[in-house]
Amino acid sequence: MASRPTKPLNLLALGSALGLTFTLAACGGGSSSAAGAGGASTSADCAAYSQYGNLKGKTVTVFTGIVTPEDTPYMDSYKPFEKCTGATVTYEGDKSFETQVLVRAKAGNPPDIAIVPQPGLLKQLVATGKAKEAPAAVAANVDTWWGADWKAYGTVDGKFYAAPSGASIKSLVWYSPKEFKDKGYTVPTTLDELKTLSDKIAATGKKPWCAGIASGEATGWPVTDWMEDMMLRLSGPTEYDKWVNHTIAFNSAGPTAALDMAGSFLKNDKYVNGGLGGVKSIATTTFQDGGLPILTGKCSLHRQASFYAANFPAGTKVAEDGDVFAFYLPGKDVTSKPLLGGGEFNLAFSDRPEVKAFQTYLSTDTWANNKVASSPNGGWISANKGLDVSKLNNPIDKLAAGLLQDKSAVFRFDGSDQMPAAIGSNAFWKQSTSWITGQSTKETVDKIEAAWPK
Amino acid sequence: MTTTTPPASELTPGSTIEALVQAPAKARERLTSRWASLAAVFIAVLWTLPTFGLAVSSLRPELAIKTTGWWTFFSNPQVTLDNYRAVLGNGSGGLGGNFINSFVIVIPSVVIPISLAALAAYTFAWIEFRGRNLLFIVIFALQIVPIQVTLIPLLSLYVTAHLDGTFWPIWLSHSIFGLPLAIFLLHNFMREIPRELIEAARMDGAGHVQIFFRVLLPLLTPALAAIGIFQFLWVWNDLLVALTFAGQPTAPMTAALSALSGTRGTAWHLLSAGAFVAIIVPVAVFLSLQRYFVRGLLAGGLKG
Repeated sequence: MASRPTKPLNLLALGSALGLTFTLAACGGGSSSAAGAGGASTSADCAAYSQYGNLKGKTVTVFTGIVTPEDTPYMDSYKPFEKCTGATVTYEGDKSFETQVLVRAKAGNPPDIAIVPQPGLLKQLVATGKAKEAPAAVAANVDTWWGADWKAYGTVDGKFYAAPSGASIKSLVWYSPKEFKDKGYTVPTTLDELKTLSDKIAATGKKPWCAGIASGEATGWPVTDWMEDMMLRLSGPTEYDKWVNHTIAFNSAGPTAALDMAGSFLKNDKYVNGGLGGVKSIATTTFQDGGLPILTGKCSLHRQASFYAANFPAGTKVAEDGDVFAFYLPGKDVTSKPLLGGGEFNLAFSDRPEVKAFQTYLSTDTWANNKVASSPNGGWISANKGLDVSKLNNPIDKLAAGLLQDKSAVFRFDGSDQMPAAIGSNAFWKQSTSWITGQSTKETVDKIEAAWPK
Repeated sequence: MTTTTPPASELTPGSTIEALVQAPAKARERLTSRWASLAAVFIAVLWTLPTFGLAVSSLRPELAIKTTGWWTFFSNPQVTLDNYRAVLGNGSGGLGGNFINSFVIVIPSVVIPISLAALAAYTFAWIEFRGRNLLFIVIFALQIVPIQVTLIPLLSLYVTAHLDGTFWPIWLSHSIFGLPLAIFLLHNFMREIPRELIEAARMDGAGHVQIFFRVLLPLLTPALAAIGIFQFLWVWNDLLVALTFAGQPTAPMTAALSALSGTRGTAWHLLSAGAFVAIIVPVAVFLSLQRYFVRGLLAGGLKG
């Protein structure tokens, strides 16, 4: 099957020309075309890669849930490494990655590197016994370029396994800068101000908030993000960690108050669901469509992660002076800056030298900046402190990266991604959906607590 | 279409002929009804409507798909082939290569189990040996095993045998999962063939191989075609086996289709076009062979 391009490539002429070489090399398994091209032309640029040695003829496989169109920037960002070391990296994306990677690990057929999007899954993969601890060079890079909180998420039972890769910020509220300017609204800096602003918009007869939580079998997840954000704001990061690790019960006072707080926005008839219907329409609106009424002026505020930028139709200007932009979902007061987010981790299942070398490359600032350079449309950031924020070509990425690198911000990983699967990708989602459609907060938290695996 | 059997008392030569002459007309009268036809047409329209909507959708531009329903096409017709271009092209998300993979997967996955099943069915039907019935029941009972429980053990075996990354795991898995039913259906079909035919062939000096190829195989064509279509549709539409056993270079249409909408589903407007490309082949196969499909299934399944 060597003549078939494995992974579809970018439409850019240059990209596809390079890409064809890449995929053919990937199919052929050990073809040296990539190495030959690189070795001749760019020896000067390869200084940073000399530490990895000559890996000519070696192949590293990457398996991930990141598919088209986000896959092309990943493949492009591997090219300098391939050129300079002669290694071939094959990239395999599968939307059912989260189940398939477990199947493959258990069956003894794991990839060399898996890009794992959840700490919970990371733990499960480490538990299969097939994962390899990160080499010392990776640990050193992570100590240099990431904060201790990020390193902790890649650590299982005291052993460091996986370096962080990309990141996304969830504590954002999308709004229309034009509307704010016309009506004289200002970006709120505390939760109370956000409430006041919502009331102010509601008083004009407009429903300020819009939301959508439908997402196939994952329906309900945007509510979990709301609750996590409120938990971080009302109870603080320490309590949040206890809640996530179940050292405090799901139906204890803190989480209940957090869900009630989320309810004061999401289940408030006066606030929702701008341009989409009543409170219950939240459950039937897909999360992709949840924030679109901002564009038609029927809704003013939509809490969703930085990646939501991709959902606006082509031609929408996402910028501080554009059609739509986002502000940081404020903390309880001006000084506290909790930040909810997510991210991926590079877990290795092999300790062959070329895999170690590639894993090390992925943990450097060089890769982070290469990745940014190969994402012409933006949409990718990392918590890597070596990431050059000025190189980001999209305002929302700049905002998110700025928040990630803000020293006063306290980062916490998405809680439902860390909880056991029975909660994080089941009961929490389902009960949240019932909660939107009328179930009381008390009943909701009680039911989730009851579902927690003993 | 069967004729109504006249009561025994009326079996005089004259009335029999009369009855036979009248039979088709009577049967038509009994079997047709205006209301039944109406119901059939209604059901046909109802069942075709979603596919029709899909077809209309696949020709609409991205923004129209994302903002309005397909029925608005009639008040505001906008036609574009962009979706098909994106789906079939070699750009990001193109299905071209996977389309070929699907053929590479489906042909051996149909040929292997049917060849094996025909031989096995002959053995079970016409060769006497100890424990034949027990073995037949055991094979048929294998159908009870849900394929989900076999996925991880099978994959481990393939990895041990260094078959992973090739087409072999997919071919073998589909063959394994398809065999029990194919053996059962073909066995029942073979049992229907009159013993005299086999015995006559044997008297003429034919061995098992000759009986199988010269006598049975021509008679089996409808059954083979039916099982062939059955297996074809199953393999073509399969996603689970493909996700588990196929890697990126061997992924079929269905796996690519599941990834078509993008990591966060932002490109879902391509799905209708992708779905259409994916169903063209099975529809063509089914329409051209559907006579066998119904006939063969009835022959094997109901008379056993």
